[in-house]
Amino acid sequence: MEGVGRMEAEGNGRGYLAERGWRSWAFTLDHKRIGAMYLWTTIFFFLAGGLFAMLLRLELLSPQARYFSNHAYNVFFTLHGAMMIFLFIIPAIPSGLGNFFIPLHIGARDVAFPRLNLASYWVFAAGFLVIIGSLVAPMDTGWTFYTPYSAKSAAAVTTLSLGIFLIGMSSILTGLNFIVTIHKLRAPGMTWHRLPLFIWGMYSTSIIQVIATPVVGVTFLLLAAERILGVGFFDPAKGGDPVLFQHFFWFYSHPVVYVMILPAMGIVSEVIPVFSRKPIFGYKAIAYSSVAIALGGFLVWGHHMFTSGMSPLANTIFSLMTFFVAVPTAVKVFNWTATLYRGSITFEAPMLYALTFIFLFIVGGLTGPFLGALATNVQLHDTYFVVAHFHYTMMGGTVMGFFAGLHYWFPKMTGKMLNEKVARAAWALIFVGFNVTFFTMFIVGVRGMPRRYAEYLPKFQVENVISTIGSAVLAAGILVMCWNFLHGLRKGAPAPANPWRALSLEWRAASPPETENFHEIPHVTDWPYGYGTPKA
Amino acid sequence: MDNVLAFGAASSQAGRVDALFVMIAVIGGFFFFLTQGLLIYFAVKYRRRVPGRDNDTPAITGNPVLEFLWILIPSLVVVVIFYYGWRVYTDQRIPAAGATEVYVNARSWMYEIRYPDGRTAINEIRVPAGKPVKFILSASDVLHGFYLPDFRVKMDMIPGRVTTLWVQPERPGSYQIFCTVYCGTGHSNMLAQLIVMPEREYAEWVEHGGPERREGEEREPLAVRGERIVKNAGCLNCHAVDGKEKIGPNFRGLFGSKVPLEGGKSVAADEEYLRESIVDPGAKVVKGYPNVMPTYKASMPPDDVRAAVEYLKTLK
Repeated sequence: MEGVGRMEAEGNGRGYLAERGWRSWAFTLDHKRIGAMYLWTTIFFFLAGGLFAMLLRLELLSPQARYFSNHAYNVFFTLHGAMMIFLFIIPAIPSGLGNFFIPLHIGARDVAFPRLNLASYWVFAAGFLVIIGSLVAPMDTGWTFYTPYSAKSAAAVTTLSLGIFLIGMSSILTGLNFIVTIHKLRAPGMTWHRLPLFIWGMYSTSIIQVIATPVVGVTFLLLAAERILGVGFFDPAKGGDPVLFQHFFWFYSHPVVYVMILPAMGIVSEVIPVFSRKPIFGYKAIAYSSVAIALGGFLVWGHHMFTSGMSPLANTIFSLMTFFVAVPTAVKVFNWTATLYRGSITFEAPMLYALTFIFLFIVGGLTGPFLGALATNVQLHDTYFVVAHFHYTMMGGTVMGFFAGLHYWFPKMTGKMLNEKVARAAWALIFVGFNVTFFTMFIVGVRGMPRRYAEYLPKFQVENVISTIGSAVLAAGILVMCWNFLHGLRKGAPAPANPWRALSLEWRAASPPETENFHEIPHVTDWPYGYGTPKA
Repeated sequence: MDNVLAFGAASSQAGRVDALFVMIAVIGGFFFFLTQGLLIYFAVKYRRRVPGRDNDTPAITGNPVLEFLWILIPSLVVVVIFYYGWRVYTDQRIPAAGATEVYVNARSWMYEIRYPDGRTAINEIRVPAGKPVKFILSASDVLHGFYLPDFRVKMDMIPGRVTTLWVQPERPGSYQIFCTVYCGTGHSNMLAQLIVMPEREYAEWVEHGGPERREGEEREPLAVRGERIVKNAGCLNCHAVDGKEKIGPNFRGLFGSKVPLEGGKSVAADEEYLRESIVDPGAKVVKGYPNVMPTYKASMPPDDVRAAVEYLKTLK
């Protein structure tokens, strides 16, 4: 690649962070500041959701209710799920890292609609404030809101669903903004096949957000109409159908797991070549498999409902479709592994997290066929096996990808380097803690323990105690990691423009980048994966 | 710790699910060791040897043959897994003939049991060993679940709808039933037992009554009650129970038959179809008959609908 502006790497040392005061943040149109605000917000809710998880694990130390009432336990798992899904894992990578890095990656000064971008953040903020407001009568329906329980519950279901409605609106606006940005603002010479794979992941994610999110918005409106106006959409006592709600809900909530995972896969596709000093293996396969997953992901929602009384024929079709969505995911894993072959691999924290992503995602992926196959699904559905499976894919996958991205881009975002030793120590705690916590859930799930149980049969206690011990190790790792971030932010050594010797465009901007990113829009002549060639 | 892999299935049907589980575990285990092995092997073998100086790395960007194979092979493998999953599931969904029927209705937070001969119980189901059992499931308030871990099956219990599940208990014993669909504060306390009795003991228990049978209580079989309800509700003004034709379709031989509908489709006349036709007669209009039947949604409580359906099932 050519056309590096000579000023880029120098900057004024504070870059986009130069301006101070709350107004400079609250009214900013800079995609980097908006991205940073999303990151602070989502990480806050990650920690809050994690706190609820720790309370759940604490209660599960004993088979009988010991510390909390059953109702309190139910509230905790609802808030854990709702916060992690709606306030952390859906927005964290797309709206946080995506906002920050899409324009930098494609060589643009900002997103296509900066004001809309700011509006997205404030709609999001309104959403999480409403959700916090709903805590006056905390919800106990589970994050899935299944009717008729959610239609009858005395908790603040309507308030919480209004909050999620707003979050969804913000998600749609962000997705729309990104699609237009990727189509229209690519730097000269940045063809589709020269796009970083993170952009392909973000593009696929944005499509899903724009298509699927309206459905959950409408579903929550229907639920609100049922609760407030008494219109019977879902309650059979009023002539509705509770299973219809599940169809609506999963029509959104299944594709949205790809909203969560595709950007994380994009990050892994960025990090692996950089730390292997090799081109990514099978670029087009990774790029198009993201799109294939995004589109195929719309056709499999029924696999959440194999025991809901759906016809065996519908179950059969959903099961078959589910298996075919698994193939492009497997292809990506093969491609990443092949990228390592004959590389020159170093194990800085971003690489450790990217490799952990692959490791844990393989476990999550290979436990998928148990749930995709009809007969074993009927056995394992709604047991801890499912809980283990989606934590391996969502936390072991998306969250590890997010951590890889945070460590990888920390120097770019803040202009400071992280303490590598502390980062590795935190990684080791997280890796061990995660596996101890969640692998035991596969075992207790196969042994028949249902999920969402405040109290359980004593025969399941051993696994639950082990899992709780693991969760303490995991939490310690995350706290060490957070401490490292804060310490790096205040006292980290100054970061060079390109500490990892990476080829994608964001590393040509200063660390931290200036407002509007580039003095001159770069002219792109090659893809960003030419490692191992004289150019790198 | 009882067997971690959950063997010791309570029926041959459950044994087939376990076999499928093991098959997927073996295939998954193979790919686990292959992919994780390569991941770790490459990461160790191709680590940078000299600090500060990269190994020479080749500019490999892809390999069409390899990429074709690793799309093809997983696609074939998943089709095989899908096929066996589907086979076992399909066999599991077809009830064996002559099944003992048990009605189970869930409400927060208990299971109400009703046998066709009128016996009732709470949270305890007794069935004979060696005979298939068909559970006819419903719910009164919110969604509930009916999970028999020893039999590897579960089914949701849905208000306003009937679902079914059947198992073939082989060994006498007491088996756990869990509610698996979150239903509120008492969800994790919504437990029940399936007690499988040797056939003779079961017959004796039916004869002399379980603990739930009160002294002097008249036990009315469900179908007998259903017959009374059908007569009192005026059903027979339009529906015949013999071969004759009236305004509506004939009841005799209806259950289990294939009913042609207006619009060319057809439906199997099972419990759910009969229930729906009573409370929402316009939902599926039988071919050749006018859509004139009024709904019984308000006038016939779910318990009575259940009894009426049980009666219709006896009209073979």
